[in-house]
Amino acid sequence: MHNKTIAELINGLDAGEFSSVELTQSYLDRISSLDQHLNSFITVTSEWALEQARQADSQRAAGQAGLLNGIPLAQKDIFCTKGIKTSCGSRMLDPFISPYNATVIEKFNASGAVMLGKTNMDEFAMGSSNETSWYGPVKNPWALEAVPGGSSGGSAAAVAARLTPAATGTDTGGSIRQPASFCGVTGLKPTYGRVSRYGMIAFASSLDQAGTITRTAEDAALLLKVMAGLDLRDSTSVDKEVPDYTESLNNELDGLKIGLPREYFSEGLDDAVAKVIEDAIKEYEKMGAVVSEISLPNSKLAVPTYYIIAPSECSSNLSRMDGVRFGHRCENPRDLNDLYIRSRGEGFGPEVKRRILVGTYALSEGFYDAYYVKAQKARRLISNDFNNAFENVDVIMGPAAPSAAFNIGELTDDPITMYLSDIYTIAVNLAGLPGMSIPAGFVNNRPVGLQLIGRHFDEAKLLNIAHKFQTVTDWHAQGPGQFV
Amino acid sequence: MQWEVVIGLEIHVQLATKSKIFSGASTAYGAEPNTQACAVDMGLPGVLPVFNGEALRKSVMFGLAIDAQINERSVFDRKNYFYPDSPKAYQISQLYYPVVGKGSIDIDLEDGSTKCIGVTRAHMEEDAGKSLHEDFHGQTGIDLNRAGTPLLEIVSEPDMRSAKEAVAYMRKIHSIVRYLGVSDGNMQEGSFRCDANVSLRPKGQEEFGTRTELKNINSFRFVEKAINVEIERQMDILESGGTITQETRLYDADRNETRSMRSKEEANDYRYFPDPDLLPIVISQEEIEQIRSTLPELPDAKCKRFVTQLGLSEKDARALTSDREMADYFEQVQQSIDDAKMAANWLLGEVSARLNKNALEIKDSPVNAEALTGLLRRIKDNTISGKIAKDVFEAMWEEGGDAHSIIESKGLKQITDTSAIEAIIDEVIAANPSQVEEFKSGKDKLIGFFVGQVMKASKGKANPGQVNQILQKKLKS
Repeated sequence: MHNKTIAELINGLDAGEFSSVELTQSYLDRISSLDQHLNSFITVTSEWALEQARQADSQRAAGQAGLLNGIPLAQKDIFCTKGIKTSCGSRMLDPFISPYNATVIEKFNASGAVMLGKTNMDEFAMGSSNETSWYGPVKNPWALEAVPGGSSGGSAAAVAARLTPAATGTDTGGSIRQPASFCGVTGLKPTYGRVSRYGMIAFASSLDQAGTITRTAEDAALLLKVMAGLDLRDSTSVDKEVPDYTESLNNELDGLKIGLPREYFSEGLDDAVAKVIEDAIKEYEKMGAVVSEISLPNSKLAVPTYYIIAPSECSSNLSRMDGVRFGHRCENPRDLNDLYIRSRGEGFGPEVKRRILVGTYALSEGFYDAYYVKAQKARRLISNDFNNAFENVDVIMGPAAPSAAFNIGELTDDPITMYLSDIYTIAVNLAGLPGMSIPAGFVNNRPVGLQLIGRHFDEAKLLNIAHKFQTVTDWHAQGPGQFV
Repeated sequence: MQWEVVIGLEIHVQLATKSKIFSGASTAYGAEPNTQACAVDMGLPGVLPVFNGEALRKSVMFGLAIDAQINERSVFDRKNYFYPDSPKAYQISQLYYPVVGKGSIDIDLEDGSTKCIGVTRAHMEEDAGKSLHEDFHGQTGIDLNRAGTPLLEIVSEPDMRSAKEAVAYMRKIHSIVRYLGVSDGNMQEGSFRCDANVSLRPKGQEEFGTRTELKNINSFRFVEKAINVEIERQMDILESGGTITQETRLYDADRNETRSMRSKEEANDYRYFPDPDLLPIVISQEEIEQIRSTLPELPDAKCKRFVTQLGLSEKDARALTSDREMADYFEQVQQSIDDAKMAANWLLGEVSARLNKNALEIKDSPVNAEALTGLLRRIKDNTISGKIAKDVFEAMWEEGGDAHSIIESKGLKQITDTSAIEAIIDEVIAANPSQVEEFKSGKDKLIGFFVGQVMKASKGKANPGQVNQILQKKLKS
């Protein structure tokens, strides 16, 4: 059962081969026996999951099955879930039981989906290896000594290890696509504004976007249909019709114009990864796609720009974690300042502190123009590069990350190299574009993802392009031996 | 040395919207602590602000009323600072692109002249909650009911040259926002608050002196007092050769002094940047024109109309129009009795005197416009004299009821029966033979004495016109 995709599970439930309770229980059993090797869940909500599964079964019996009726999912622990701990991977929110549901959670609930639990993540989504979590690092199911990527590392590992059919993720600079690449699963980061951010704990508000981690593009299409759409509680969500993403999955790719940015195949890219990507592109050429080299000349600005804008926004977003109303509070504060300093000092880990410091500095009087304002200008240039490129191509392809998964502890003392592991994903967030990472091969038995970048709101086309690849390759169907 | 005072004001006006500026929670005043604070107001993780368009409409109304530039695109910024009653640890405000740009208003000075005061800008922002230091045994309570209440901060140019001018400006702004209905202007409830920037410079000098900012002075009286004591403090320092420190000071009304709160060095760096959770606020010319068409008649225009159309004096018209409810009350009475002067005299006389004495506002007057109209009608139809009317007004104020029933029940109806008046006059003449002699020998002024005696004998009820007429006739015969 656990090797089935969501599309297959829906068929199984429809055919009465198993109930949602049976399905849910089988995943809960897998989590309880296998997650000790991975640490991919922060909270497993067994009782709640079985209760939701029972409801789903009775709704199905009553002929009221929603699109994802009875399908177990895991939610990244960044989404607020009513009555359930929502930690965001941080000691700061370890005591936080959200009194409300994120819009994404409400939408999944309305579709009949079942929540298995909350997945591990880098603290406040700040990290590329899942090593910054207060709850300890997540291990990569393909190589337990390796990181799963981050920040949605728990979600990616759990999906790869078949502990859940699919999971949500969030992507601020690559936090869905990079772990999807490292774990050999399908990651989709939609266009900024496609999915509501309400109830998704903010890291960098102008970059954050919720998306999916699944085994196939078809499953991503099913999930996105449920998640996407205007939300009046999020002013940055966009009023644009949500298409049925599954309808166009099988469109032919004959004549598809693929652009390969030369900047994504230059210095810094692992040769073996480059080979995997080149081979994947050849598959598209076989399907009739036309490949051309393009240039995104301001690519080199992406990482520095991101590391001004994201920390600036996070320094402000995380200020509400002050020990006053919720979350961690230090013992016996002497006065207000002591309460702030110790609660935050104890509650946040070193990477979060580093980014708060950088952001606070960048926004300071006298530095604002030199850093924040300049970064906004660079962001515009990066965005223009994509606009120009999309005048000539339909999709941009390249690696999702410069290497396959690195080992746990390998880069923890080298934040700059760690930051560079998002070098190919960050620009997409700065431009607000949709992007995907799909399994394309292996380097030393560690998965490598092909990144697809589309025009704004072109998710249907990206899913179509990804799905067609998955009809001619089986990288996505392979699983880590110990967990299949 | 001759010093010139330079004052600029920042006025925070609470916009009268039903719900908060970025959430659906109610803005009603006086609820139990934290019962009107939703997840957004509490700044819980994951929540997002959604802008209340009514705050924009009301801000634009104000901008149009002061002939200001309305910015078709304005942007919300975050002002970052830690404080327990600031739940997100930032306030959403507008620094770089405010909704209202440059405008101006005319203020009325005591000598009857007017002066134009520039308004630099006005921007929308959210209010903070309240820290409660009492009743918590050394700890602090936080009430977030007020957090997220919409404010319009109106920033003036440093155009005022005395505390009196500052008060006149504040009163004018107060009058305008109340006329527009964009705020209830209630100072006790904090709907209208003021900070003052005060500095001195040698007369004739172009350059401004170092200023201090006086925080949160929340009545017209305190503004004047606070500014004046700050002027004195600064003058003492400057006269003795010292220098002013740029700082924020707090006015202590009990001691009538200002105290340093924090110096410029201690001031926060607010690290303003555009709020990424909110889109720029955009309003079209058509929408601005639509709002313009809903503007009511404003105090200056109303005052002018009262002078030209109703023949009131400039002074009376000004006094009647400073408050919209007063003006509405006046117009209602005036239209009913068709006598603007009488209506004005009563409102600025008896009614205002009683309101001041009881510290009431016109809307809370026990004698409403309809009741006053009933009273004035009885004067006009000679049922009672103006003097008796004052007694009736007192009775109406104290006991309620309409003029007619009070006149009836107290027997205050004017005596207009000629024979009855003649009878009283005859008695008075008979009782004062020597005065009659003096009058007849040419002491005309004594007519006043006789009128007084007759009115006294009639308990004030005799019609004074008739009394005068009959007296003249009888005394001269």
